[in-house]
Amino acid sequence: MELDPLILSRIQFAFVVSFHAIFPVFTIGLASYIAVLEGLAFKTENPVWIKLSAFWTRVFAVVFGMGVVSGIVMSFQFGTNWSNFAQATANYLGPILSYEVVTAFFLEAAFLGVLLFGRDKVPAGLHLFAAIMVATGTFISSFWILSANSWMQTPAGFELREGVFHVTSWSEAIFNPSFPYRFMHMALASFLTGGFVVAGVSAWYLLLGREVEANRKALSMCLWLLLFIAPAQLVVGDFHGLNTLEHQPTKVAAMEGNWETSRNVPLLLFAIPDQENQRNLYEIGIPSLASMILTHDWNGEVPGLKDVPVEEQPPVAIVFWSFRVMVALGMLMIAFAVAGLLLRAGGRYARNPWFLQGLRFMSIAPFFAVLSGWFVTEVGRAPWLVYGIMSQAESVTPSLTGGMALFTLIGYIVVYGLVFTAGVYYLMRVLYVGLEERHDEDEHEAERPKRPFSAAHVPFEIEEDDHHRKPANQGGL
Amino acid sequence: MELFDLPLIWAFIIGFGIIMYVLMDGFDLGVGILFPFAPNEEARDTMMNSVAPVWDGNETWLVLGGAGLLAAFPMVYSIFLPALYIGVFLLLAGLIFRGVAFEFRFKARTSRYLWNWAFAGGSTVAAFAQGAVVGAYIQGFETANGVYVGGALDWLTPFTVLTGLGMLAGYSLLGSTWLILKTEGRLQEWAYRITLPLLAAVLVVFGLISVWTPFVDELVRDRWFSNLSVIWILPVLTLLCAYQIFRSVRGRYEGLPFVATMGLFITTYLGLVVSRWPYVVPPDYTLWEAASAYESQLFLLLGLLFVIPIVLAYTAWTYWVFRGKVRAGEGYH
Repeated sequence: MELDPLILSRIQFAFVVSFHAIFPVFTIGLASYIAVLEGLAFKTENPVWIKLSAFWTRVFAVVFGMGVVSGIVMSFQFGTNWSNFAQATANYLGPILSYEVVTAFFLEAAFLGVLLFGRDKVPAGLHLFAAIMVATGTFISSFWILSANSWMQTPAGFELREGVFHVTSWSEAIFNPSFPYRFMHMALASFLTGGFVVAGVSAWYLLLGREVEANRKALSMCLWLLLFIAPAQLVVGDFHGLNTLEHQPTKVAAMEGNWETSRNVPLLLFAIPDQENQRNLYEIGIPSLASMILTHDWNGEVPGLKDVPVEEQPPVAIVFWSFRVMVALGMLMIAFAVAGLLLRAGGRYARNPWFLQGLRFMSIAPFFAVLSGWFVTEVGRAPWLVYGIMSQAESVTPSLTGGMALFTLIGYIVVYGLVFTAGVYYLMRVLYVGLEERHDEDEHEAERPKRPFSAAHVPFEIEEDDHHRKPANQGGL
Repeated sequence: MELFDLPLIWAFIIGFGIIMYVLMDGFDLGVGILFPFAPNEEARDTMMNSVAPVWDGNETWLVLGGAGLLAAFPMVYSIFLPALYIGVFLLLAGLIFRGVAFEFRFKARTSRYLWNWAFAGGSTVAAFAQGAVVGAYIQGFETANGVYVGGALDWLTPFTVLTGLGMLAGYSLLGSTWLILKTEGRLQEWAYRITLPLLAAVLVVFGLISVWTPFVDELVRDRWFSNLSVIWILPVLTLLCAYQIFRSVRGRYEGLPFVATMGLFITTYLGLVVSRWPYVVPPDYTLWEAASAYESQLFLLLGLLFVIPIVLAYTAWTYWVFRGKVRAGEGYH
């Protein structure tokens, strides 16, 4: 069998980006939550906030570590597997990604060190500042990366010369037509993810009766947050959809499973798209509702897949079903947010076992929603890498062979598999230990006497020797 | 119409980014390479804590190097990465394992030794791969019409294996002198003890590379032995730095060995740059031919002029926060 470097590169990129995407979407939301907790701790000096912040910072550190290392891989993949694309789009994507590094990555990395290790080394105010900088960094990062992605979806502010993109207007390119919607959609998704994870974990602790005061506070905060942003996401998502209809009608046609451009198009609840015969099997739908949602008119015209040649159609079934998964999970999130409000009276939200169990399971829902959302938008633009201009086939590295692409694909799957398994395991351990003082510390202490070195931590003569060399040592830094 | 020679300015910026990366991630990779040889587990705790708060920022310079190349010299980016395809994968896999080891090692109990190996192995593979990239750069790339046309393993030659080993030795030296600076007691004693043998290893490998390089490439040979005799000041400076390392370790200075090692790296690096200048994709393309559009280079430059000083300032501040000796029990874990 012939190994196709294009297909393998697509699988590889989809694998790496899907794996990577679940980390930032969580850490963006969590970083803001930690900053809020640090702010509350600073202002009220209530130890509960510090306890919560310290705990969630431990979770953050594990997840952020995996996000960083998987992100580094992505920044090199444009070059390794898509060098023609890199060469053609470098005039725009190069500066944008560089701005992401200098305005966001450095900020996150430097202040994360202070946030994790500096609580006893810097004044409380500076520690809070570090938390705010980490949170700010995550948002700046998503600003640039979504600008880059949106530009590939709705390219603007450029002209093509000899197959190379030249930027003619930076503001038009950065704030391209789909960018504001995509950015808002992702920002809200991050808050939803952070919110549901914190809510789910707090609910679990409440079910176990652990650290009730702190976890009740955490859950209450989350439920208020979710009550506003879960419905807001529905509205933003609708606007995003309308924007996609304007700029990428074929993608919307795939989301709706609509083959012929027509009026009174039903909203399909179930169908099996049959791309080979250009039709759906077993359709179940609500009459005219798709027209209504997309055009705000029962009689509105919805584009169909057949408007473009078959080879320019995305894989319809993936887009169609991913979209339904995303929307269904979104509706479920709204239901939980509203249920939280209804259970407010008498504080039942923190006692009702059904609700708390439900929240436990909901803590993974946003990850699936985010992944399916990205599937919709990324698979939906196939076969284009730069929409309507540069196809995936034109973008792949010319010297890449199927064997090489397969080797690294398997390599990344093995490496990520190991790292992810270990990461989830250690994350579970952090969650299991919870907010209480760590037991490890005691174990660590208990082990110490067994170690010959630890009793005499610092030999005396060296200590004295150190004394007069201190300035030289600090000068070295 | 073009006021400044932007590709030239960008060559300096990228060059600065690369040496920043080599010096900063160099010592924390070096700590990883030395990890298995540490006297005991508590020493390993201390070693890890000495770099834990700063390694992430150090590694960000690598990401900046990648993104900066894409922005300023896309041809370099789109030729080097496909040419070094397998090497890049090894580098990234190494960085993944060592990166997560920082978090996972302290969380692990019975499996801690596995993360020791992940940290050491990942650091070693990453350092070797970086050395091989340097060797491949000296060696040159087979291109046609601005696109790489060579094979998947063209970069892997005896010469690049040697440069890979050179990088391992060099980073280890950065690591050991860093540990002299940051630790005390038995661990510092150990770091003092291994530094001079590592220095000897570095000098031997660098010497071999220097002798070999003129045979690898004609341009380098011509430059070294004909028109630019002032080039010879760089190896002389390198040897002076090496002597300074020797002297300061003997004299048991704490900061000076690390500073002198950085000096050794900088002079060697400059030697490499002037030998190859102005070819960024040897043997065919100069930095002007590999450059991106003028507007793009300008757009990014204007921003960097503001942002980079700020980045340097808060990076320096975090190093200041974590100044002084590090101990095993520190950290938030």
